[in-house]
Amino acid sequence: MSNLALLALLLVVMALAYQLGLTRSRAVAANRDVRMHSRPGYYGVLVALWCGLPALALFVLWSLLAPQLIDALVTQQLPPELVASLSQRELDVFLRRAATLAAGGSVAGGASPEELTAAAYINRLSTLENLILVALMAVFAVAGLVYARRRISPRLRARNQVERVITFALASSSAIAICTTVGIVLSMLGEAIKFFTFISPAEFFFGTTWNPRFSSSGSSAQGEFGLLPLLWGTLMVSAIALLVAIPVGLMTAIYMAEYAPAWLRNVAKPIIEILAGIPTIVYGFFALIVIGPFLSSLGDLIGINIRTTSALTAGLVMGIMIIPFVSSLSDDIITQVPKSLRDGALGLGATKSETIRQVVLPAALPGIVGAFLLAASRAIGETMIVVLAAGNNPVLHANPFEAVSTITVTIVNQLTGDMDFASPQSLVAFALGLTLFVITLCLNVIALVVVRKYRQQYE
Amino acid sequence: MNTSVQPASTAPAINVGGGETRTSKAKEKVKMSAEAVKVFYGNTQAINGIDLEIFENEVLAFIGPSGCGKSTFLRCLNRMNDTIDICRVEGRITLDQQDIYAAERDVVLLRAQVGIVFQKPNPFPKSIYENIAYGPRLHGLAKRKAELDDIVESSLRRAGLWDEVKDRLDQPGTGLSGGQQQRLCIARTVAVSPDVILMDEPCSALDPIATAKVEQLIDELSESYTIVMVTHNMQQAARVADRTAFFHLGDLVEVDTTDQIFTNPQDQRTHDYITGRFG
Repeated sequence: MSNLALLALLLVVMALAYQLGLTRSRAVAANRDVRMHSRPGYYGVLVALWCGLPALALFVLWSLLAPQLIDALVTQQLPPELVASLSQRELDVFLRRAATLAAGGSVAGGASPEELTAAAYINRLSTLENLILVALMAVFAVAGLVYARRRISPRLRARNQVERVITFALASSSAIAICTTVGIVLSMLGEAIKFFTFISPAEFFFGTTWNPRFSSSGSSAQGEFGLLPLLWGTLMVSAIALLVAIPVGLMTAIYMAEYAPAWLRNVAKPIIEILAGIPTIVYGFFALIVIGPFLSSLGDLIGINIRTTSALTAGLVMGIMIIPFVSSLSDDIITQVPKSLRDGALGLGATKSETIRQVVLPAALPGIVGAFLLAASRAIGETMIVVLAAGNNPVLHANPFEAVSTITVTIVNQLTGDMDFASPQSLVAFALGLTLFVITLCLNVIALVVVRKYRQQYE
Repeated sequence: MNTSVQPASTAPAINVGGGETRTSKAKEKVKMSAEAVKVFYGNTQAINGIDLEIFENEVLAFIGPSGCGKSTFLRCLNRMNDTIDICRVEGRITLDQQDIYAAERDVVLLRAQVGIVFQKPNPFPKSIYENIAYGPRLHGLAKRKAELDDIVESSLRRAGLWDEVKDRLDQPGTGLSGGQQQRLCIARTVAVSPDVILMDEPCSALDPIATAKVEQLIDELSESYTIVMVTHNMQQAARVADRTAFFHLGDLVEVDTTDQIFTNPQDQRTHDYITGRFG
C-alpha cells in the first residue's frame, strides 16, 4: 500500500473515530442523565486524536528508520567478498542502484547480476516492511480509539485536553521556522570550518586580495581569499542604496502620514508597496539596460568617467528597491506618535512642518532608525541587482563610479558551474555566507531592540 | 435666553462646596466673542449656532453632558479644529474685535495668543527645560540663553512647579507624575504669553490632590489671563469659574454668573442637569 493511500485511510479512520466519540458521549450523557464536562464535539475530536496521532507518530518514525534497516539487511545478504571489495561510498552507490532497480527503474551502464539479486531481495523486504507498517498502524489506531472511547465520562475534560493538543500544534509550527534557522546556521558553520582548515581565518578576514583561481582542474594551486575587497564592495553599494532610500523613503513616509489626503494615501501607498514586490532580477536588468547607460552618458556630459556597471548603478537601483521598506515602516511609526503630541505643538503655535520636525520625528526617531537598519540588512543581503549591475570586480578601491563586487555576488560565482565541493574555492562560499549572515543578524537584532524600546515609550 | 421655565426656587439646586462660589469680579471688556457659530463634522452638525461673549480676565466654565459640543466649541476658539479634515466652522469668532477665521489671519500666531491645555497631559518627549523653551524658541521670544532661562523659570513658577523641578530641568518631562505633567503643560502654554488660555477638562486625568493644585493655579492665572475651561465636574466649575455656560445637544442653553447658574437656573434643562437628572 502506498504511503499516501495509507495516510488517506488513516484520515478516514479518524473521521470515523470522531463520529464514534460523538455518539458515545451523547449516549453517556443520555444514559446517566448528567451534564458532560465538554460538548460532544470535543469528545469526538479527542477520540479522533487518540486514534490518529500515535499511528501517525509511528508512521513518521518508521519512514525514518525503515530504509536504514533495509540497507543493513541487504548488505548482510550480499556475498561477503563483494562487500569487502567495495569502499563505503561504492557500497552506497551499489545500494542506491539496487533500490532504483527494485522500484522498476533502470540504471546507467546496465545492471550487474549482484545488483539484480539485491533488487529482488529489496522488493521482498519492502513488501514485508509495508505490511508490518500497515498492521502496526492499524493496531495503534484501534487501540487509541478504544482507549479514548472508554475514557469518555462526564468528568473527562475533553475540551481542556484538546486545547493542550492545539497549543502543542501551534508551538511545533513555530518551531519549524526556528529549527530551519538553526539548521542553516549549523550547515554553514560546518562547511565554513572545513574552509578554515585550508585558509586561516586571519588570512580570510584581513586579506586585501581576492583571487581564488579555479579548482576544477584538481590542481592544488591555492588562490588568495581576502574578504576585505568584497566587504568593502558590499558596504559601498549598500551605503549608496541607503543614501538614496533613506531621504526619499522618509520624506515619502512623512508626506503619506501627515500631508496626503485620504484618497491619495489609499491609492499611493499600495503602489509604493508594489515596488517591494518587483522581483529583484527585474531591478537588475533595469539597472543594466536603463540606469547604467544613462549614468554613463550623464558622466560623459559632465566629464566624469562612470562605468555602465558600477557601484553607483547597483546602489542607485537597490536604493529604489528598498524605498518601500523605509517608507512603509516609517509611515507606521510616524502614525503611531500620539495625536496629543501634535496637538500640543500646534496649540503652542507651531506650523505643521515645525511640529513634524521638532516633535513628531524626534519622538519617532528610534523606530525610524529601526526601519533604516532593517532596510540596511536588506541591502547588504541583496544579490541579483549587484550580480547584474555592479560589474563583478573584487578590487579594493574607493571610486563609486568603478565596478565592484560584493559578498553575495561572489557566493553566486563560487557556487555556479561544475565545482568540487571539497575545494576551498567552493567552501569559501559558506564562510562568506556565514559572514553575511552575522552582519545582517546583528543589524536585525539592533533594529528589533531599538524598535521595542520605542514601543515601550508610549505604552 | 431660551423659554425660561422657572425651577422650583425652594431648595438650592446644588451644594456648591460649602457655598463658597467665586464672586464675580464685574469684568466688562469683551475679549472674545462668538456670533452664530455652527460646527459640522462631515454632514453631522455638532454645534447649532452659538452666541457668546468672553470677558477679559474672567474664568468661564463650559459644562454639559458628554457629546454636547463644549469641547468642540472650545477648540474653535483657537482653530484647533482646523487639524480635523472633516470639520467645518461657520459664523464669526473674534479676538479683540478681529475675526480669527478671516482669510488673512495667521492661525499659527492666533494659537500663540490663544493657548490650549488638553485633557490628557501631553508633555513632549524632551527635557523639562526643552518642553517650556519650545514655544518661546518657536516665536523668537528670547534673544539670549539668559532670557530663555528667565522665561522657563517664570513660567514654571507661575505653574507652581518650579520648586519641584528646578533641580532636574534636564530630565524628561514624561518622567513627572500626572499632576506635574499637567502643570508642565500649563507652564508650557504660559511661556508663550498668550492672552487667553483654553483648558479642555484639564483635571479629568488627575487625582484629587493634583486637581486641587491645578484649580488653585487656574485661580492665580486668572489675574493675568482670560481662561475658558471645559469641565465635567460641576463642583469644579462652581469652585473656579466666574461665569458658567451650560451646553446641551449642540446648543448653548444658558450662560450666567456661576452663582446664578447653580442657585437659580433659568432653563429647565440646566436645572435638570445640575440636579443630576441627566448627564
